[in-house]
Amino acid sequence: MQTVIGLEIHVQLSTRTKLFCPCRADYFEAPPNTLTCPVCLGLPGALPVLNKRAVELALRIALALGSEVRERSVFDRKNYFYPDLPKGYQITHHDEPLARGGRFTFFVDGHARTVRIRQVHLEEDAGKLVHVGDGALVDFNRCGVPLVEIVTEPDFRSAKEARAFLQELRTLLRHLGVSSGDMEKGAVRCDANLSVQVGDRPGTRTEIKNLNSFRAVERALQAAEEYHRELLAAGETIAQVTFGWDDHADRLVVQRTKEQAQDYRYFPDPDLVPLVVTAEWLARVRAGMPELPRARALRWLERHKLTPAEVEALLPEPALANYFDRVAGELGDGKTAASWVLAELRQYWTGEEPPLPAEDLVLLIRKVGAGEISRTTGKELLAEAAQTGKSLPELLARPDLVQLGDEQALVQVAQEVIAAHPQAVADFRAGKAQALGFLVGQAMKKTEGRADAKKLGEILRRLLSP
Amino acid sequence: MDLNERPVHELLELLAQGAIRLEEVLADLEAAIRARDQEVHAYLALAEQEELLRDAYAKSQTLLRGLPIAVKGNICTLEFPTTCGSRLLEQYRSPYEATAVRRWKEAGGTVGGITNLDEFAMGSSTEHSAFGPTRNPWDLGRVPGGSSGGSAAAVAAGTALAALGSDTGGSVRQPAALCGVVGLRPTYGLVSRFGLVSFASSLDIIGTLTRDVRDAALLLSIIAGGDPQDSTSLPVPVQDYTSQLRPDIRGLTVGVPKEYVPGQLGAEALALVDRWKAVVEELGGRVEEITLPLTEYALPTYYLVASAEASANLARYDGVRYTLRGVGRGAAEMIAASRTLGFGPEVKRRIMLGTYALSAGFFARYYGKAQKVRTLIAQEFTQAFTRVDFILGATAPSPAFRVGEKVDPLAMYLSDIFTLPSALAALPAVSIPGGKVGGLPFGLQLIGPRLSEARLLSWALALEEALS
Repeated sequence: MQTVIGLEIHVQLSTRTKLFCPCRADYFEAPPNTLTCPVCLGLPGALPVLNKRAVELALRIALALGSEVRERSVFDRKNYFYPDLPKGYQITHHDEPLARGGRFTFFVDGHARTVRIRQVHLEEDAGKLVHVGDGALVDFNRCGVPLVEIVTEPDFRSAKEARAFLQELRTLLRHLGVSSGDMEKGAVRCDANLSVQVGDRPGTRTEIKNLNSFRAVERALQAAEEYHRELLAAGETIAQVTFGWDDHADRLVVQRTKEQAQDYRYFPDPDLVPLVVTAEWLARVRAGMPELPRARALRWLERHKLTPAEVEALLPEPALANYFDRVAGELGDGKTAASWVLAELRQYWTGEEPPLPAEDLVLLIRKVGAGEISRTTGKELLAEAAQTGKSLPELLARPDLVQLGDEQALVQVAQEVIAAHPQAVADFRAGKAQALGFLVGQAMKKTEGRADAKKLGEILRRLLSP
Repeated sequence: MDLNERPVHELLELLAQGAIRLEEVLADLEAAIRARDQEVHAYLALAEQEELLRDAYAKSQTLLRGLPIAVKGNICTLEFPTTCGSRLLEQYRSPYEATAVRRWKEAGGTVGGITNLDEFAMGSSTEHSAFGPTRNPWDLGRVPGGSSGGSAAAVAAGTALAALGSDTGGSVRQPAALCGVVGLRPTYGLVSRFGLVSFASSLDIIGTLTRDVRDAALLLSIIAGGDPQDSTSLPVPVQDYTSQLRPDIRGLTVGVPKEYVPGQLGAEALALVDRWKAVVEELGGRVEEITLPLTEYALPTYYLVASAEASANLARYDGVRYTLRGVGRGAAEMIAASRTLGFGPEVKRRIMLGTYALSAGFFARYYGKAQKVRTLIAQEFTQAFTRVDFILGATAPSPAFRVGEKVDPLAMYLSDIFTLPSALAALPAVSIPGGKVGGLPFGLQLIGPRLSEARLLSWALALEEALS
């Protein structure tokens, strides 16, 4: 028995305005029905006008997936009644989508897997129902927000693969700058279909709608797989059902059966003209493509000799990845840059902006490298700059730090320690090497850890040598 | 002084000369409305006289000097409810106005009132309005045609100086013919549809109903031109059609399709057509009998394409918005109840037809095929225009019929057979008064090539002058 899974992923584009009107698209936490206009409300006589920026972001996705962008695509009307759908139809690419074909490679347990992409197309989102008591209220803010739907071929063999794919797809979307990729905010939503093939006979497909987290995708698909396998093992036939996923109860819920299947009566939207993507336009979009995460990972592995774990930690957030690239580039030492960014800087990065300008971190790493300040001091300064917003160059200019950086000051500390601990000095001179460690420790204590221990060791050794 | 009976271009000239004052025009209009609109019922809503006057004073130095036009009830205005002649939108007020209305107002015009129509522009008699029928000012026992029957009747009755209508398959030209006024359907896309409530998006266009051809040119000059808010509008710059009028058809070839003058027109109408041909020759034009054999397929093609688009365009009236709401358990029942309650029988018939034509398994056989035939009809016209400069024929197969006469929907649909083909082909066409049949106005239709409005109106002007 072979499990066969295909995915349909809805990606909310991070355009400023909606797909067919000038309303703001970022509806998250906006008061209900404040981001609407005659067009997205579908008021009588209002007409859609396509947002070119949304097309460009969709083209980025298509190009990144290696899909073939079609010169001419046509928006269709998908007809169905639902209170959150103000026009009674959704505008979507159907028969003639934006792009067809393509493939995407991702890793599962360290092994590469490639799935084929069937198509990439644009469509508008619907509104939202808010259930209150035995009624419901409608919020039309989300109406007309641009979505890109990515449809895969049924190439996944397990729930785990589907999850791994989605996680890497999200990284790709973020690096492309096309979507926030936040599943918890609904910016990426997933429908899945699953069948279990016995021998050569393809199985009956069941669909699962609206999976809104990586966990939900994996759990729902596992549950569907079990459902299929149990029925097949019992010799029963599988009905064509559409499931929803109840996250709290952790189980599948039947939404509709085949008898209730909808006829969407697709036909070309006569309010819009065909979308023509000229070779010049596509070339401009291609030229503006950022470096893809896969290429970046390879570059880091090869040029900077980062470990796979470091790559995995740096890659998912494009802002962090870009920050690392700047630091590594200026420093000319990716390994050191990675260790500082991951071990020290990342913990302070909570907002949109980096907690410390990249050039400041480079300066700090250089000071530590030159032995002007200790690594410990460096960490403390980084923490202070990041948490208080004080400027790092100013912190570095503090008089006590400068003294610790210069040789003279360290020699004085070393002489004081030698004078205070005659026994250890005698031990060292008698050949007990670990006595030097004790003396370095005492000197560090005196400087409150701000001196460079290595340098102190050298100075002590020099002063104590005959 | 009966200033309400004068065309807009004349009034503008008189106003410019200082020969008349605007309040005299408005007073005559108001008097006519008081005298006639109760029986004709062309209007669904009227502006307050004081408001019109105030607006007119504010606009007295503009191009249109504050002159009012009537606007069909499916074109959005800020001042009046946009009901579309439907119970469903009885209370509906648009928060924005149509581009055509905005342009009229920006040029210094005002909106005097909203005219009656067949519900959602579906019909040819203006009997299918939820707010009662409009009657033909020539004979109150007869219909004014439709669906822009209110606009045509208002101009004919002298209760409007001019009016905007909408033409999907003949809804401007057929009522113009039946009411004895000029009705212009521009090239599809020449006037923005933004703010025109959609019936069949690929066919709908705003047109004009005027007292004469010069007024058609004047109104078109103001409302035409590309609009960034309508993706299907043509990127044509605004132009002055009036200054391009040259009433001269010498050396032109006029095609008269035999399908547009069938025997069943009757002896009187056929004699009238012969007179038109004679006039063309007197004016130095040449008449050529032509044939457009696909004409007979226009009716089924139109009713498939238009109904299919309508079934989607009217899906938004679901009871969630727009005040009228039916009662039902759950959303689906509520939506069904609202639509059952809100739509009239003709609208329901077309939604059912259109839904069927788009259904899985029937799409290719009906909608898909209709689109192919539509392309062939357009090609047939293109072919014809390689031999003739314009096409002439009757606008409608008969003069105004009696109220309640056409109960059979198909009989009603047949009153548009001469206006449907050019609508499917997206061509401009104009109906002008061509004489009388049985004492009632009978329309002459001229069809021109795409975007030929300046020439089409010139030819129409030549014929208008010769026939009057």
